[in-house]
Amino acid sequence: MSKTDYLLEIKNLEKSFEGGTKVLKDFSFSVQTGEVVVILGPSGCGKSTLLRCINGLEPIQAGTILLDGQSITDGKTKWSQIRQKIGMVFQSYDLFPHMTVFENILLGPLKVQGRTREEAGIAGEKLLERVGLLEKKDAYPRQLSGGQKQRVAIVRALMMEPEIMLFDEVTAALDPEMVREVLDVILELARGGMTMLIVTHEMQFARAIADRILFLDEGQIVESAAPEDFFGHPETERAQRFLNIFQFEK
Amino acid sequence: MDWNFISEYVPMYIQAAWTTLSLAFWGILLSLFIGLFCSLTLYFKVPVLKRVTAAYVELSRNTPLLVQLFFLYFGLPKIGIVISSQSCAIIGLAFLGGSYMSEALRSGLESVEKGQVEAALSVGLNQGQIVRYVILPQAVSVSVPPLCANIIFLIKETSVFSVVALADLMYVAKDLIGLYYKTDEALLLLVLSYLAILLPISIAASVLERRVRYAGFGN
Repeated sequence: MSKTDYLLEIKNLEKSFEGGTKVLKDFSFSVQTGEVVVILGPSGCGKSTLLRCINGLEPIQAGTILLDGQSITDGKTKWSQIRQKIGMVFQSYDLFPHMTVFENILLGPLKVQGRTREEAGIAGEKLLERVGLLEKKDAYPRQLSGGQKQRVAIVRALMMEPEIMLFDEVTAALDPEMVREVLDVILELARGGMTMLIVTHEMQFARAIADRILFLDEGQIVESAAPEDFFGHPETERAQRFLNIFQFEK
Repeated sequence: MDWNFISEYVPMYIQAAWTTLSLAFWGILLSLFIGLFCSLTLYFKVPVLKRVTAAYVELSRNTPLLVQLFFLYFGLPKIGIVISSQSCAIIGLAFLGGSYMSEALRSGLESVEKGQVEAALSVGLNQGQIVRYVILPQAVSVSVPPLCANIIFLIKETSVFSVVALADLMYVAKDLIGLYYKTDEALLLLVLSYLAILLPISIAASVLERRVRYAGFGN
């Protein structure tokens, strides 16, 4: 068996932006099927860039990314094929404003996967029901609250039946009272066994949902630990400093 | 005011109005295709093509239609290319309108947020599908006001078609003035004819603009 136990493997990834700023340096890590990895780190540490590289939204300079043991960075596989297996949700929702909720979530299944409207429609209604938005099926994005938009964006990604979900600071643009409804959806996905990579600043949430915490700084992994270890007694001074930001004393 | 004269020549104006309208229709339709093509090459920064397009836009916008028509009608035959009056008019209008349509559509394309493309990419859509299902519908709705303004502008520009011997409204009016010295009547009919064509289009355009603005999307 050449197939590995890992769903996603990243080996020696190098990423720099035009102008030469190195964002990710010799970056390697792997995610098992069903694992929930939360990526933490100060802004500019490369968390979001990492997710974007996995989804092919950013070109990489060196290294390999393997999904299901197959390289997705060798240029042989079409990104449109790969991206169906990788669901991504963005901070700014990015729903298509000219389409209703239902059209938003059906676009990929119908146009990319060639599924029938009936079959995809049933799947779509089920998922909308699961996130509590079935009655918003025919609403336009601008008629929804931020939290509702983000839940629709999650459904849109789930509709492609991805093997792994990437969440890029999905609650960062939300009002506090809307954060919960989005996080609950992600928690439910975790319970359902979805493999996920989550970039977030919600520490409580990270602690609750993560199987593993990956702490990044300056494009490298500083710490990789179980959440109770990372939050309980971080090993590095850098991680301690980072966690202290979230502590308040009077 | 000679009302008999007016009623006698109304049919002639109606016929001329049809000439004006049909030439404008084909010219504008062509200019929309040219504009779409040009705006996409500029938006996607297609190598080489974007330079050709940019040069065309400048050439087209910075020369009068009258001069463009002279070039097509009197210039090209000198090098052996003879085009009919109708074709000259349509090509000329499309050549002029293409650049205006291109700029109108480009502003719409550029108003589409970058995140839209990334969201579309991440559900696996390819370039062509992204343009068709995500970018263009949003861009066109933003571009509706300038596109409508261009349509009205181009219809008005057709008034120079008479220089290539086409019996459009302007031509008929000038003809009647020359033949009968009925200047007031001929000009009154001319103004009314243009109004009859342009007012409904103007009203339709503002209704369309309002509907697009209040459509279920947009900010």
